[in-house]
Order: sequence, then C-alpha cells, then structure tokens
Amino acid sequence: MACFLVSAAEAAVVTVTAKIIEKKEKKEIAHTGVVEAHKIPFSRKLRWLSNLQWGGSALLAFEHLWHGEIVPWAPFLTEMSDKAATGEMLHEMATVGVCMAALTTAVWLGMLAVSAILEKRARAEALASESGV
Amino acid sequence: MTLLVTAFAAVICTALWYKNAPESKMQLGVLCWLFWGASLMWLVDAIFEYRELGAEYFTPSPEDLLNDLFLGLSVVALGLIIWIIVLLIRDPRGVLKAKLYKK
Repeated sequence: MACFLVSAAEAAVVTVTAKIIEKKEKKEIAHTGVVEAHKIPFSRKLRWLSNLQWGGSALLAFEHLWHGEIVPWAPFLTEMSDKAATGEMLHEMATVGVCMAALTTAVWLGMLAVSAILEKRARAEALASESGV
Repeated sequence: MTLLVTAFAAVICTALWYKNAPESKMQLGVLCWLFWGASLMWLVDAIFEYRELGAEYFTPSPEDLLNDLFLGLSVVALGLIIWIIVLLIRDPRGVLKAKLYKK
C-alpha cells in the first residue's frame, strides 16, 4: 500500500543528518589538520544506510505503481480515497513499513560492527608495521 | 518470485562489485544498494505474507507466479536504468566529458 514511505522518510532524515555530520567532519579536519587513515568517516557510514533505504524505496515504489496502489495524480495513494482504506494503509505502514525500516537499519548496524572490526585490525597492522614487529 | 529475482540480482551485482573492488569505475555499488535494499524490504513483505497464508505462500498459482516474475524482471530493468543514468552523470572514466569537449 505505502509501506515503502516509512523507509523513504527515514532515508530522507539520514541523508540530511549525513550532510550535517560531513560538514562538521570537514571543519574538524580543516581545524586540526589530522586525517585518520584507518577510520571511515561516520558521514560515509550514514550514507550506506541512506543508499540502502533510497534504493529499496525506489524499487518498491515501482512495485506499488505496478499494483495500482500509487498513481501519478493527487492524492497519489489510491488508498487515500476512503477512510476505511486509509486506516488499513496506515496500519500496514505501522507494521510492514516499520519492520522494513527496522530490518534495513539492523543490517546497517551489522555493517557498522564489521567495519569497526576491520578498522581495528587495519590500525593494529599499521602499528605493528610501524614498530617493525 | 519478485524477491527471488531481486535477491539473485543483488548477489550477482555484489560478486561483480567485489571482483572489481577497490576500483569503482563502473559504479556497481549503486546496483548493490538498489537490489539489496529492495530484497530486504521484500523479505519483510514475504514474512508478513507467510504469516497470513502459511504454507500456501510457497505454492502460488501459475498466473501469480508469471505476474511476479514479470514484475521481478521489470524491477531489475528499472534498477539497471537507474544505474546507467547514475554512471553517465558521474562519468568516472571521463568518457562523456572527453566526447563533449572534443573539438
């Protein structure tokens, strides 16, 4: 019905947040002049989440168009035409939509955990090679 | 069926991305994000549908199967179109720029 809208909304918030954090990170680098070689900036990691959610939302929007659940004219969502259908749509957004956003976020958290391990390993290797061990 | 087609597309694109990494001159990462994002979302959809239908979920009618296959292939085509547009706009190899500025 409109479940993808939950993920699209989260993606929009994450995109804006990533932009703000990226600006802060650039300012910090300009101020301190220090760039950590073995650390992925958090703004880039946030972009992984927004990419995942924008990508999924775009293809799901097409599926909804295919099934006639969204139309290119106002109010765009066919379920908005009567109250009963609108209630059903909101229920689906609150269940399926929220679960979709939660799963993509959980996968992203998994990616963060893996990247943290890899960054730690890279730092340890760099330290070992610096000390000549 | 749509989930299956998208999941296959996601795995193939990820394998191709891995093969070419760390270079990303073909911007295959775009395809990976698109197909993995959609696969995860359709997985949730499939779980909810399974909860509703039970084992019947795995025995769709031939008509539904064909329609879902058609949808899955259309989704892959749309993903590829989005990717090619992104690739041409970003133009990481500078092919378009070279063509445009060629005297």
